[in-house]
Amino acid sequence: MSKLNEHHPSKLHGIWALTKRELKKWLKEPIILLMAILQPVLWMGLFGKAMNIGNMFSSSNISISNIVLPGVAFIPPQSGSITISGAALSQMFGNLGPTIMQNIFGVEDYFSYMAVGMISFIVLFTTMFSGMSIVWDRRLGFLNKVLSTPVSRGAIIFSKVLNASLRAMFQATIILMLAVIFGLQVSSTFSVLNLLGVYAAVFLLCLGLSSVFLAVALRSTKWETQMAIVNLINLPLMFASNTFFPISQMPDWIQAIARVNPISYLTDANRQLTVLPLDASSLMLDFAFLGVFAAVFSIIGIALSWRYLTK
Amino acid sequence: MSEEVIRTEGLTKVFNKHLTAVDHVNFSVKQGEIFGFLGPNGAGKTTTINMLITILKPTEGKASVLGFDIAKQDNNVRNVIGVVPQEYTADEDLTGLENILLCADLYGIPREVAKERAMDLLKLVELTDFKDKKVETYSGGMRRRLELACGLINRPKVLFLDEPTLGLDVQTRTATWEYIRKLKKEFGMTLFMTTHYLEEADALCDRIAIIDHGKIVVVGAPEELKHSLGGDIITLSIKDDPDVSELIRGIEHVKEVKKEDGSYRIKAEYGEVTAPFVIEALRSKGYTVTKLMLTEPTLNEVYLEYTGKSMRDTEESREAFRAQRMTMRRARA
Repeated sequence: MSKLNEHHPSKLHGIWALTKRELKKWLKEPIILLMAILQPVLWMGLFGKAMNIGNMFSSSNISISNIVLPGVAFIPPQSGSITISGAALSQMFGNLGPTIMQNIFGVEDYFSYMAVGMISFIVLFTTMFSGMSIVWDRRLGFLNKVLSTPVSRGAIIFSKVLNASLRAMFQATIILMLAVIFGLQVSSTFSVLNLLGVYAAVFLLCLGLSSVFLAVALRSTKWETQMAIVNLINLPLMFASNTFFPISQMPDWIQAIARVNPISYLTDANRQLTVLPLDASSLMLDFAFLGVFAAVFSIIGIALSWRYLTK
Repeated sequence: MSEEVIRTEGLTKVFNKHLTAVDHVNFSVKQGEIFGFLGPNGAGKTTTINMLITILKPTEGKASVLGFDIAKQDNNVRNVIGVVPQEYTADEDLTGLENILLCADLYGIPREVAKERAMDLLKLVELTDFKDKKVETYSGGMRRRLELACGLINRPKVLFLDEPTLGLDVQTRTATWEYIRKLKKEFGMTLFMTTHYLEEADALCDRIAIIDHGKIVVVGAPEELKHSLGGDIITLSIKDDPDVSELIRGIEHVKEVKKEDGSYRIKAEYGEVTAPFVIEALRSKGYTVTKLMLTEPTLNEVYLEYTGKSMRDTEESREAFRAQRMTMRRARA
């Protein structure tokens, strides 16, 4: 019997080698990173700042004249009319804006609300496009070459998933830093340790989403197919969630979607960890949902990819 | 152990339950030889190689590489083989050296050992001067050599080459042949290659198997196969294209006559002696020979003999054509 290759790669070794390759490629093309970051930053800057919802509710910009209430129903001695001064009204409604924001959005400025949502945005986009790289690997024959080496099939799949997660986490960090520079206001319960929670939540969603998109990508022979799928579902997924707007204000049928949409749970967890006062029980619920989502979908995705790679 | 490095028994691959790409193929490859799979595109060459390198699972039949079963001991197989795929798989964004080291990582070779081997391999394929250049700046020949180096990083006992000179110009092709011969001579390596270039199979392979429609039609050394045709080939055309097969058949030393679109293919012993007799016989009956060609049998004749069609006319599958065009485009870029 001939002697075997003296080096037996561990499972981790293969994962690391392949992940390193992708990261290297990624770092060599800073323009791709820039483009990926630019989109959510534009949304954040234009949408987040332009949709000044807090101000919309505030009447301070509207000049209110004195309101005269006809006094018919009033008590006789004061027949005539009641006059409330415009100044008093303005003051009253002026406080109403922040109150409404607080009640509906939980924060006083819309920018803080949606900026955190942009983390979900970048997670969704990064994971969706991560599947694309395996389409190229397959078309260019790289995938076949790796399949003929002792690297396990699992390592090939997992390195892709890991890579998507690392990218998304890195981009989320940049988004968060930019948001702080643009005026994100953290809540009183925020501490630096909460950021670990943000990473954990981001990682869980990445795991589930990228596994699924990887399985889809492996089966689509053209990258155009993958593009079409991504473009078709990403905006609906974003808008049928709490990324831009609270679920409670949506019509029932959108609410139904938003409540099973994992994006909502990631966004909510991230908000609680940063801009909202932390509510332990609902944060637990968010993590539980994300955890189950990650487990179920990564198993489905990895199983499908596995079957494809061992055909 | 026997000196059989690769052995297949009824190896079969059926895609989507009805497309039989490889149909009960039996062959064996001996230690230290260059074994070639010759056939047109879509004949099942790449599918066979993909089964042997454990990328595809056979639908039926068995095969072993260095005694390891390709289905049951696939990881053992992967450890002892090297693969040079048809495509250029090197990462264009990385340098040549980085690409080789990546391959080394895939085999779990420690960094120190890998670096040493990479330098040796770069020297072997004469890419040392370009090792720190991005692969996107490489020419087709350089890329092919880099692929070769990557395939050798784990010091394989068997090297699989899928269309190693596809899309290369003649000079680069001849140079690539030299590298392949060197591997055989200096390292005693066993090589399994596929090709659809007859000259390549003829020049490089110790033994070839001609494969067509997923079946092996004949196996043997190129010389042996040519010899087995039993004579030279006289090709001739006659004015107005009358049917004179019977007349020619009656001439001494003529073994076989085939008429194919306007010309006759005559198989004859001592072709240079027989040809004048053929012309004479035809002229005496009033026919005018417009064209005559005398050839010693080449692999194309062998191919024609066993598959009934010329290598050049075989249609190409669309998928293979597309993949090939892509590889060629990258080769030229």
